[in-house]
Amino acid sequence: MVDRRVGRIRDLDAQRVNLDGFAVENVELGLVALRSPYDPEPSLRLVDGRVVELDGVAEADFDTIDAFIAAHGLDLAVAEEAMALPDVEIARRMVDFAVPRSAVVRLVDGCTPAKLARVLALLRPAELTMAMTKLRARRTPSNQGHVTNRADDPLLLAADAATAAAYGFRELETTVPVLADAPSNAVAVSVGAAVGAAGVLVQCSVEEALELELGLRGFVSYAETVSLYGTEGVFTDGDDTPWSKAFLTSAYASRGIKMRVSSGAGAEVLMGGAERRSMLYLESRCVALARAIGAQGVQNGGIDGASVAASVPAGVRELMAENVLVMARNLEACTGNDALMSESDVRRTSRTLPILLAGSDFVCSGFGTIQRYDNMFGPSNWNAEDLDDWLVLQRDWGVDGGLTTAPPESLEALRRRAAEAVQAVYRWFGLADLSDEAVDAAVDAVGSKDLEGSGSADALTILNAARTIRESGLSMVDVVTALAESGFEEEAERVLAMLKARVVGDYLQTAAIFTPDMDVLSLVTDPNDYAGPGTGYEPSPSRQTEIDSIRQARSVEDLRAEQASWASDALSVVAPAMAGSDPREVVVGVSPATGREIWRTLSGLPVVDVLREILAGIEEEGCLGRVVRINDTLDLGMIGLSAARLAGSGVSVGLQAKGTALIHRRDLPPLANLELYSVAPVLERGHYRLLGVNAARHARGATPEPAKNPYTDEAIEARYHTAVVSLIAVERGCCAPVGPDELKVADEFVATDC
Amino acid sequence: MNSLRPTAEAAFPAKAFSGLPLDSVTLDAVRAGEVTTDDLRIHPETLEHQAHVAEEHANPQLAANFRRAAELTALDDADVMRIYEALRPRRSTFEELQETADWLSARGAVINAGLVREAASVYQRRGLCR
Repeated sequence: MVDRRVGRIRDLDAQRVNLDGFAVENVELGLVALRSPYDPEPSLRLVDGRVVELDGVAEADFDTIDAFIAAHGLDLAVAEEAMALPDVEIARRMVDFAVPRSAVVRLVDGCTPAKLARVLALLRPAELTMAMTKLRARRTPSNQGHVTNRADDPLLLAADAATAAAYGFRELETTVPVLADAPSNAVAVSVGAAVGAAGVLVQCSVEEALELELGLRGFVSYAETVSLYGTEGVFTDGDDTPWSKAFLTSAYASRGIKMRVSSGAGAEVLMGGAERRSMLYLESRCVALARAIGAQGVQNGGIDGASVAASVPAGVRELMAENVLVMARNLEACTGNDALMSESDVRRTSRTLPILLAGSDFVCSGFGTIQRYDNMFGPSNWNAEDLDDWLVLQRDWGVDGGLTTAPPESLEALRRRAAEAVQAVYRWFGLADLSDEAVDAAVDAVGSKDLEGSGSADALTILNAARTIRESGLSMVDVVTALAESGFEEEAERVLAMLKARVVGDYLQTAAIFTPDMDVLSLVTDPNDYAGPGTGYEPSPSRQTEIDSIRQARSVEDLRAEQASWASDALSVVAPAMAGSDPREVVVGVSPATGREIWRTLSGLPVVDVLREILAGIEEEGCLGRVVRINDTLDLGMIGLSAARLAGSGVSVGLQAKGTALIHRRDLPPLANLELYSVAPVLERGHYRLLGVNAARHARGATPEPAKNPYTDEAIEARYHTAVVSLIAVERGCCAPVGPDELKVADEFVATDC
Repeated sequence: MNSLRPTAEAAFPAKAFSGLPLDSVTLDAVRAGEVTTDDLRIHPETLEHQAHVAEEHANPQLAANFRRAAELTALDDADVMRIYEALRPRRSTFEELQETADWLSARGAVINAGLVREAASVYQRRGLCR
């Protein structure tokens, strides 16, 4: 079929946003974000302190989710007051910073799932951001990352876990492409994390029973993949009930292990069991249930179903509303932003930005700290290749998104120590003999593709190691011993500290993380106290410095030092510059810092070479060139005009050290000129030669062929702006109210010879 | 950073499930093979304390979870896993769930026993018994 659409549409069709799927709202399939006509009317009827009707369902008809929420999930003492309040009134109290968080939490305790979903549907995006700022449990934001790879390579897992910890992730989540590898992955990531930083929580996301076993053995320090669903059918298909989940929650707590549940829009739609309800209503049931079973927190915001939610109108808004549901129920929020919901960078950013700005207990519930292809959860919305973007976003907005620049110069040593620690532990127990070549490969690898042919462990070796860990009764205490006996004493202390934290139990409280000093930050110890401007979390001065100090930042001093490294003596002052009288004379006027502090133009050409090209062009046309430095101004128009006044012909070339150039004539106003090269970053030698030629033609009265200003997208890229500001600052520093200097440009032959 | 320490720290010196004070669990003790699994397990009294803290911070359900957990500290890992499995959909008959509840009661896990009994009656009504 011939595509008859016009070019503008053909062009739009080729954009990345159109790799995404967009669905027409369809209530029958549950493809509806905020409100379905089949969502129940909120209701709550009590008889003798017992719930006999919940959101339009009579007690005898309660499904398992209704039954559990009715029995355990609501504060019946508040319910009457809360249910009687208009939805918009509760919504306003969520947003109004004059209403304390605790007052909102109290009311929400009495809200049924349908009631709370209606309230959240009223909040507009900016209001959601405000509500999130106020309602999140912990004061200090944090972030969680994925550490996985296609090969389950333990050395790479360790090196990547150490890297993620160095970037500031306080929780790391691993999983497996091969289920039986799980014990190996859990050990490798826990050891690697301990190398990167103290106090990093680690989980291994696998089937519920195996995940619990890994927790009991001490290989992981928290659990998250305890999935809840919003309809009974899907919940049961997920092989659990509210009671089995409640028991599981207690099982983790009984071993001192932090745990949260997972839910999120789209899951019921994907499993064909949405029962025509809106995604927000179903999620409201999940969150009410999470609270009812006694989980301290929830990972939601779509998660695996995020792209389903994002395919319908207001779907991205629904994802954020889910997170606020969790916060309003006084639980830890791990706010999604992980599963890739778009191929468009604009949409990816749009989905995350309000949450980054508001802050969250964990902004991402799985930033892919590894390569996209190595993410065994599926690609994340944010991946290793986006780390610099994230750090820059934090810096741009002056907010704490939980990450820190890992110094490039220390990363190699860190990755090596992590890989060597795992190599030592696996040797200690005879799990596997991982070679030094494999360590080298893991240290340098961007991702698992770089390990191919490097002598790294094969699939069977890893599987055997994992099986031995599982079957030999090995525990994390044994790993502590192995680390200590192999020369990794500090890491052994860190792993032991995580085990001891289970005995203390403080990190079972809502939204608990550890600082690198092993202090617990939680709802209890670090409660969110936002109450309007001037309150709540602000990064400390030292944290702000970390946020601001991205590795790419350059100061004027950095640039001055870089320029100094190119210094040469090819340009020298011979005398004060005087006006000439030869009508063939064209003067090249250069800016104050040229050949004094600035030696290269923005396009990377030595300024001396630029001058040689201009002089050669002038001479080609039979004119005489000379070079003067104008010392009293950095304005290019004035430099050109001053030079023109010194020229016998009255024609000059003006040149700023950064490479911007023009042709001037002494009878023109300063800001007028004959030709201008304004885009210094893309000027090449030939352009300057042509400028010299044209200046000479102006001097002779011949007709110049004006040079086209070279213009590319690259020329106006943001990367030049900071350099320009710095170069201009250097020029200003060289300015002095003194007359011009006559300069000598050394012979090219001599210059290139030395 | 002392202000970040919860009330637990001063008022509630941590001891392990074994009764050993947490301070005794050192790297040297681990290396000497003196640290047992029970020296790194949470004590039921600690969970009761955490339940108290959760109640004070407006989360009675989290407190209830910690109290169920306190009971479960007395059970072996294998028993905990077995009961979890029994509670999954269509794993147990109504009678088996009642037996599980009785078994829990007999070991002092009365809150958990109540949870299992509640499950049994709802499972029966919703067709989730084996």
